[in-house]
Amino acid sequence: MLYVVIVYLWAAILLYLVMGGADFGAGIIEFFTSERNRKRTRKTLYQAIGPIWEANHMWLIIAIVILFVGFPAIYSTMSVYLHIPLTIMLLGIIARGTAFTFRHYDAVVDEMQTIYNRIFIWSSFITPLFLGIIAASAVSGHINPQATDFLSAYVFSWLSWFSVSVGFFTVAICGFLAAIYIIGETENELDKLRFRRKALIMNIAAVVLGAIVFVAAYFEGIPLLNWVFGNAVGVIAIAAATISLVLLWYLIDKGQTRLPRVLAGFQVTMILLTTTYRHFPNIVVLENGQYLSLLEHRGHDKTIEALGLALLLGSILILPALFYLIYSFQKKAASGIEH
Amino acid sequence: MDNLFAARSQMALSLGFHIVFACIGMVMPFFMAVAHFYWLRTKNILFKNITKAWSKGVAIFFATGAVSGTVLSFELGLLWPEFMKHAGPIFGMPFSLEGTAFFIEAIALGFFLYGWGRFNPWFHWVTGVIVGISGLVSGILVVAANAWMNSPAGFDYINGEYTNIDPIAAMFNDAWFSQALHMSIAAFVATGFAVAGVHALMMLKGKNIEFHRKSFKIAAIFGTVAALIQPLSGDISAKDVAERQPAKLAAMEAHFKTEKSAPLILGGIPDEENQKVDYAIKLSGFLSFLAHGDFDAEVTGLDRIPKEDHPPVAVTHYAFQIMVGLGMVMMFIAVLYLFSLWKKKNLLDQRWLLWLFVIATPMGFIAVEAGWTVTEVGRQPWIIHGVMRTADAVTPMPGIVYSFYIFTAVYLSLSLVVIFMLYRQIRMVDKLYDIPEEQHHLKR
Repeated sequence: MLYVVIVYLWAAILLYLVMGGADFGAGIIEFFTSERNRKRTRKTLYQAIGPIWEANHMWLIIAIVILFVGFPAIYSTMSVYLHIPLTIMLLGIIARGTAFTFRHYDAVVDEMQTIYNRIFIWSSFITPLFLGIIAASAVSGHINPQATDFLSAYVFSWLSWFSVSVGFFTVAICGFLAAIYIIGETENELDKLRFRRKALIMNIAAVVLGAIVFVAAYFEGIPLLNWVFGNAVGVIAIAAATISLVLLWYLIDKGQTRLPRVLAGFQVTMILLTTTYRHFPNIVVLENGQYLSLLEHRGHDKTIEALGLALLLGSILILPALFYLIYSFQKKAASGIEH
Repeated sequence: MDNLFAARSQMALSLGFHIVFACIGMVMPFFMAVAHFYWLRTKNILFKNITKAWSKGVAIFFATGAVSGTVLSFELGLLWPEFMKHAGPIFGMPFSLEGTAFFIEAIALGFFLYGWGRFNPWFHWVTGVIVGISGLVSGILVVAANAWMNSPAGFDYINGEYTNIDPIAAMFNDAWFSQALHMSIAAFVATGFAVAGVHALMMLKGKNIEFHRKSFKIAAIFGTVAALIQPLSGDISAKDVAERQPAKLAAMEAHFKTEKSAPLILGGIPDEENQKVDYAIKLSGFLSFLAHGDFDAEVTGLDRIPKEDHPPVAVTHYAFQIMVGLGMVMMFIAVLYLFSLWKKKNLLDQRWLLWLFVIATPMGFIAVEAGWTVTEVGRQPWIIHGVMRTADAVTPMPGIVYSFYIFTAVYLSLSLVVIFMLYRQIRMVDKLYDIPEEQHHLKR
């Protein structure tokens, strides 16, 4: 049952990265859209994510609940030493969630919209940035429970070139996911081209930022190269991601929209796989070289048993409903939405 | 402000903010389901418009409740890491089930909000009902987790170690039922009175009378019936607290001295130093009756509890008085309303009754906040009653006070924006939702 729980944790993080990521990406795309086209882009984005956007963010809650019920020592260590980035991420989540809803449901459309939009765009950028920072900090080895001064305990635990570059890399991935997703949501050929261009820019940004991540890791003494390329799974996954990326662009130029989405999701899966595989079961690396392991730092057997059952039961209820939701609104997206 | 007090303040602020949105999110779907049902049955367009108008409000409240709930799931660790490290695996069961319930709520809400005219109308109606049911289940589960902090169960605490853990027994702790019942009914009272109050005001202003009358009636019936039965669940809670947490009951009642046929203290100013209450009305024997069902029973006072385990008396006592007092006022209004409904009187001829509802608009939510103050402050100094002290659970990171300031600013501005948006929604009823009589006959 322990492995069931771990698989759910991994899947929840992956789904949050893909679904939530595309959702954040929507704001990032809006950020990079010229004033002239913003209104139309916004409408397309809204129709694409409106019905499922609340559900997209549930994955984060699932992940966090698994962590605090099943692996409390890991949850509390991260909560203490990554307090500041977690708080900033939360402020981003609050700002984004409310701004997205407010701008749509405000009964009067006036200059308040500008404020909602500005908040939405900025928080769409900041939230994944800090999500990336938090994830990178967990494995960066900068968390130091022995530290006595404020800065080294609570600030340098996350403020490093490596963590920040992973943060920006995450932002680029989100933008890429959203751009690929959105191409299929518009009928307008000009818009399709615009989104394709956005996707390409995000793709290039992700590659460049990915390289910067490796450089930063090198200078901070984090053996990232070894983690990623030091084992067969990592090498194969990276190769698969690269090949699928070529295929993705080929298909997009052929006018395909569905398959590229799947491929973009596949690439993110491969990235998460390579970065977590070598680490498993350790998900937090401390300054002194010690690890917090999913296998060792876990709750009691009975808890894990109950948690696993709750997750299995939950999926039976959630997954069919979620698929039907996505299916229904994909099918009917073209027909527009009545409110 | 020291770190512990700052952390407690931030937690109180976050819970206090979230509970309002959570209540509305779990109750409004039932109001909508009723209006929606009437629309499907009678084809009176007004009911469809009411459902839609309410659903926009719900979308705003749901989104705010969802993010503030997400924040809470992190804040448990950010503010109380030591507590979560030990308690997480024990009381986490309801949270893992709540994850499912909340997820289903979000999916059903997607169907409901975006499903107008796209699905079979009754399927669409059912998705709305599912939003309500899963919201209610979420609420009950979260309250069950809170109940565990008042009534820890499902583990043995030996020499500082938590062993023999049983998450199911922890979930079904002694307090879960009384607390979940009291809170669920409270959510109906608070939301019912708040919604009814707003529509009552619009009726008094003479705007869109039919629209507001129908809306008022649905909300008022839910709210008033809940207000009538709430004292019964309050009684169950009081007896439960008397048994499990005598210190909390003593603080609620400012009951300093253990005695037989203890008096019920109404109002007054507790003087913790001299262990007495000034300017209070005392009803002899009534506290014994309320706590133990017997006018002569002995009620434990704070004198039997070690000083270091005393909760803050004044805050708990005032909060309890406010909750009960407002509950009584709403019960009184409920009786008047249900009587006039039974007599089939026209509400517009009873403007005073509508005014009473307008005055009562915030009462339910003030009572909810006061009730949570009683539960949480009354549990102090414990975070897990009798097991772990709040002071031992707080984060070692200094400077929480700044985080408290930031969250205060954020929640304050969010509250203002939500109120502003509701104001705009209500102002727009004229243009968006109320169709003149002649057209409305045509549409029918």
